[in-house]
Amino acid sequence: MSKMFSKDNREAFFNALNFNNPIAAQVLGICSALAVTSQLKPAIVMSFCVTCIVALSNVIISLIRKTIPNRIRIIIQLVVVAALVTIVSILLKAVAYDVSVQLSVYVGLIITNCILMGRLEAFAMMNGPWSSFLDGIGNGLGYAAFLISVGFVRELFGSGCLFGVKIIPDCVYSWGYVDNGMMTMPAMALIILGCLIALHRYLNKNKDI
Amino acid sequence: MSNIIKKYFDKIRPNFEEGGKLQSLHSVFEGMETFLLIPNSTASNGVSIHDSIDSKRIMSMVVIALIPALLFGMYNIGYQNYLAAGVEGSFIEMFAYGFLQLLPKIVVSYLVGLGIEFIFAQVKHEEIQEGYLVTGLMMPLILPINCPLWMMAIAIAFSVILVKELFGGTGMNIFNVALAARAFLFFSYPTKMSGDAVWIANNQIFGLGNTLPDTYTQATPLGVVGGGSDITTSLQDMVVGLIPGSVGETSVIAIAIGAVILLWTGIASWKTMLSVFVGGALTAWAFSVLDMTPITWYEHLFLGGFCFGAVFMATDPVTSARTETGKYIYGFLIGFFAILIRVLNPGYPEGMMLAILLMNIFAALIDYFVVDHNISMRAKRTIKK
Repeated sequence: MSKMFSKDNREAFFNALNFNNPIAAQVLGICSALAVTSQLKPAIVMSFCVTCIVALSNVIISLIRKTIPNRIRIIIQLVVVAALVTIVSILLKAVAYDVSVQLSVYVGLIITNCILMGRLEAFAMMNGPWSSFLDGIGNGLGYAAFLISVGFVRELFGSGCLFGVKIIPDCVYSWGYVDNGMMTMPAMALIILGCLIALHRYLNKNKDI
Repeated sequence: MSNIIKKYFDKIRPNFEEGGKLQSLHSVFEGMETFLLIPNSTASNGVSIHDSIDSKRIMSMVVIALIPALLFGMYNIGYQNYLAAGVEGSFIEMFAYGFLQLLPKIVVSYLVGLGIEFIFAQVKHEEIQEGYLVTGLMMPLILPINCPLWMMAIAIAFSVILVKELFGGTGMNIFNVALAARAFLFFSYPTKMSGDAVWIANNQIFGLGNTLPDTYTQATPLGVVGGGSDITTSLQDMVVGLIPGSVGETSVIAIAIGAVILLWTGIASWKTMLSVFVGGALTAWAFSVLDMTPITWYEHLFLGGFCFGAVFMATDPVTSARTETGKYIYGFLIGFFAILIRVLNPGYPEGMMLAILLMNIFAALIDYFVVDHNISMRAKRTIKK
């Protein structure tokens, strides 16, 4: 047990959550972070899908890492990721059809999400399955933290809702409050993301990112 | 007079210095002192040739140049309100009404913007930068009169922090701060920034003016053109400025007075200003020859924010092109894109703001190519000999 949560493994998990965060520190996976965060629900579903896929593909690649010829490793990684993405996409259509329609192409585009290839290349190819699994979960959750924060701000100020339920009371609107239309545009997502990254750097300013 | 002020500042100075009880307001003190008096600090070594004009003096001149448009804007607010209500009003009543409508906006604009500048200056241990003096007065002038105060406050905070301070403060910003704030409002709250319900002040203040019904609408002439109808505005009203629109943009004459002040003091570049008009006129003329726009080329220049943008926004020395050839290209393209957006984009009846912001991005690129071209020309000339 103590070996399962050794210092290295704990670092693999918590580093990805905080100062090696895939979005804030590595600046990967920005495209989907802008595209699916106009509401909270798709942001959470997307984070969940990405977390599952990163963790599973990390484990699979890590298990077969010694048999992969170095020259064709990218293609093998892609095949594994593509298979997982297809499975998740089909499952999503079966379980939550409306969200999968909202996410549209972005579920399929998880294949091209840089976080996946980054983690496979940088971590799973060199580490055992258990620490690769922790690394995958950590990166997925780190990605999720930013997606959900951006989604929260955008849905709250863009349409006055959270999870589609009106949060800002009607009396505020009668005083003249108006929802900010720019929040529903990807441009504002980029600005919010920039502010969050700045905040993250400020909190970690003693560490060398 | 200036002696009395100087003595007073000298008297209260110790309070604001390191260890004084009002040290946290140090930057405010310094800002006020240099605004009213000539700065004490001068170059201490080397030979320096100084003009007596510094950036605070430049800003003051631009503020003076804005005053005709500001005063006319106030009168026009009242004029449009009384016209809409069909009530006779004297000149004084109209002007006082417009003054009372606009005053809160100017106050809020300066409070929010300067407040943020003061905080940044204090945190960064720098002097207060003077750029906001102009932006703060321009802000109310480029908004519809019915745009709520809180929206303007949010937009100014957004713009001053993200567009100006993050890039390094006055003189470092890529985009015109006032226009960036307007663009923020334009995309965030489109119902309060365009359409036909926001251009005429519709409430009474201290018994002045008339309350208009909520359903009262009056589009700007460009809005009417964008909607596909013919305008009935007379040419005289366009030039004098008695038309609905953003507060300061309507009067060509008032803006022309400002332009003369800016050109005479040498603050604005005549090259930029002229080429904006040339670019706009040629594009509008081409479209009217092709029968794609119902109004003539000179009406395109008189209506909307074209004049205001060309005189006060495009010539902003920070965000415009700096090379002399670059100024012609920069200005021409602003005029070109402004008319292009007006005529071809059915969603936006006015394109001046977007055109200037677009060219702000390209100003540095234009300069780069102008300099680069110059270098290669000179290299060729040397090789030939």
